[in-house]
Amino acid sequence: MFVLVVGGGKVGYYLTKELIESGHEVALMEKDRVRAGQIADEIGSVVISHDGCEGKYLHEAGANRADIVAAVTGDDEDNLVICQMAKHHFDVPRTIARVNNPKNESLFRHLGVDEIISPTRMILGSIEQDIPVHELLHLAALGVGELEIIEARLQPGSPAIGRSALDLTVPDGCSLFGVIRDGKPTPLSAGTVLAEGDKVIAIGRPDCEPALRDQLIGESEA
Amino acid sequence: MKAVIVGCGRVGAGLADELDRAGWQVLILDTSTAAFDRLPSTFRGTALRGDGTDEDTLRRAGAEDADLFLSLTEGDNRNVMAAQLAIEALGARRTVAKINDPVRAEAYAHLGIAALCRTNLMTSAVLGLVGQATGDRPGIYTPVVEHTHVDVPASPAGGTPSTEA
Repeated sequence: MFVLVVGGGKVGYYLTKELIESGHEVALMEKDRVRAGQIADEIGSVVISHDGCEGKYLHEAGANRADIVAAVTGDDEDNLVICQMAKHHFDVPRTIARVNNPKNESLFRHLGVDEIISPTRMILGSIEQDIPVHELLHLAALGVGELEIIEARLQPGSPAIGRSALDLTVPDGCSLFGVIRDGKPTPLSAGTVLAEGDKVIAIGRPDCEPALRDQLIGESEA
Repeated sequence: MKAVIVGCGRVGAGLADELDRAGWQVLILDTSTAAFDRLPSTFRGTALRGDGTDEDTLRRAGAEDADLFLSLTEGDNRNVMAAQLAIEALGARRTVAKINDPVRAEAYAHLGIAALCRTNLMTSAVLGLVGQATGDRPGIYTPVVEHTHVDVPASPAGGTPSTEA
């Protein structure tokens, strides 16, 4: 597997090291010569001291034979362009972009980036898990497409309480997955009557959320 | 007619002034308020400080449904991203992005973005001045196709299929 990493910050540096250790062929592009030199001193000749946004240098770095291009610079716009050039100009099968502004996720996905990693979203999700909000929690985004794993905690007043889980009408593009009760996962069956404090796990597209919220949380109070 | 301009450099400020005089409704953004000193005191449009690659900022500024969206900052990639946001999320009817790298400019023309390339404009101008053939160097790469997103043919090696409807 040949992976082309663009961006030699902390993420790019550790990513490259890990990939080398697991036996992959890697090239790392970093436009800052000083930074590129530092990394090269440590991990050797895989570092290319050029701008990975430029078509010419992507070509020299072997983008046309890369299996994966991972754009992990600190700038969303650079990561978008790297992935689009890789995908459309070099036919790279898989592109991965780091995204800082979570609002950019849908744009990137829409423009053909295969996988989008948003550290901001991940940290936000982690914080949300600790706050008892009357909201749906985003546990994770699934790699392919736009699916998310969503958790709803049934609070007093939820219209789902006392109903069988299989009676709930969930929107198209969404599926209830299971219930966590008293810390134990339980699959959904006709006998599962939902109770206060249950955590219902669903998989669905973001556009299913309003309907899901109505079913599980109730009319929004915010 | 409504024009949104991202980047109030010389070209951005000059175009804002010209379009304003011609009766357009002009909104210009820059991340630095000092850049607005380039606008003449007669400018009747709106000048707002903000990041033109941020969808929220653009919406708050009222950048939706522009007849013309120009992204003219100093960063090729910023311009590319702003232009694609304008087309995909803000309903801009016509978009031009300044992309000074000719390779990138041509690549984005193939993705449906009109690309203004200063490198080509200046090279051609100087070659013309000294009587040399200017060759095939478009100053503006016109879009080859309508702006396309995930329905661009996937790579033959089998990229991840999109699950979008």
